[in-house]
Amino acid sequence: MHPITTVHYMALSAALLLIGTVGVLTRRNIVVVLMSIELILNAVNINLVAFSRAFGADHVHGQVFAIFVIADAVAETAVALGILIALFRNKETVQADEIDLLKW
Amino acid sequence: MLIDTVFFYIFAAMTLLGGILTITRRNPVHSAISLIVSLLGVAGLYLLQKAEFLFAVQIILYVGGIMVLFLFVIMLVNLDAAAKEHEFSGQWPVALAAVAAVAAVAGWFLYHGRSAFHIAAPAYGVIAAGGAGNTERVADSLFQDYLLPFEIASILLLVAVVGSVIMAKKRI
Repeated sequence: MHPITTVHYMALSAALLLIGTVGVLTRRNIVVVLMSIELILNAVNINLVAFSRAFGADHVHGQVFAIFVIADAVAETAVALGILIALFRNKETVQADEIDLLKW
Repeated sequence: MLIDTVFFYIFAAMTLLGGILTITRRNPVHSAISLIVSLLGVAGLYLLQKAEFLFAVQIILYVGGIMVLFLFVIMLVNLDAAAKEHEFSGQWPVALAAVAAVAAVAGWFLYHGRSAFHIAAPAYGVIAAGGAGNTERVADSLFQDYLLPFEIASILLLVAVVGSVIMAKKRI
């Protein structure tokens, strides 16, 4: 077996990013769309940590960036779920394509 | 080195299968459980790359925090009726186009092989014994090199807390 290199992590990250993209584009339920966004952000984090490792055993800048990405993901999830609750109270739906107030 | 390879494939399979189940299950609760599996796989990958602090953060924050938030919201917005309807929008062409574009890029890199990347050889050296641990080095970098972004991130979190409370109030 070949040893695991940075390229392996990049391929895994690209695959996870694709899965998340397909989830965002095809699901109707807003909660599942938000979960897909979490998958995308985790794909980014895998890449950041892999490159941080590739540039040296005591190199942690990529890991610090991953911490910032996680903080952003938490903030995004909290606000988005708050919006979702307000939306459900007003429109009685959580399907993304039924919220078409701005549609022509 | 062999055990690293085996664990990489185990965690990669957890991550990808969890992700695929997340976007294909009809019931949002099943999606949330699958997302937990996927996030645990990512946490294992962090551990393989000697990022122990991120491993702990991933489990405490994602699996402990965000997933509970998701499950609470699924409970609050009653989704029983929604689960009966068809769960996929008619966006498959767009999704397939996005997948094809990224697959083309990945295929180009695979075709050109290692020379396409110009990545330095991985420095999988052994961390010097007696040196600072991972958490200590992350803390040093976070509070010295990245102090201003750290403070900005704390303001962002404060704004998010206030915003989500306002959003979830009865009368806006």
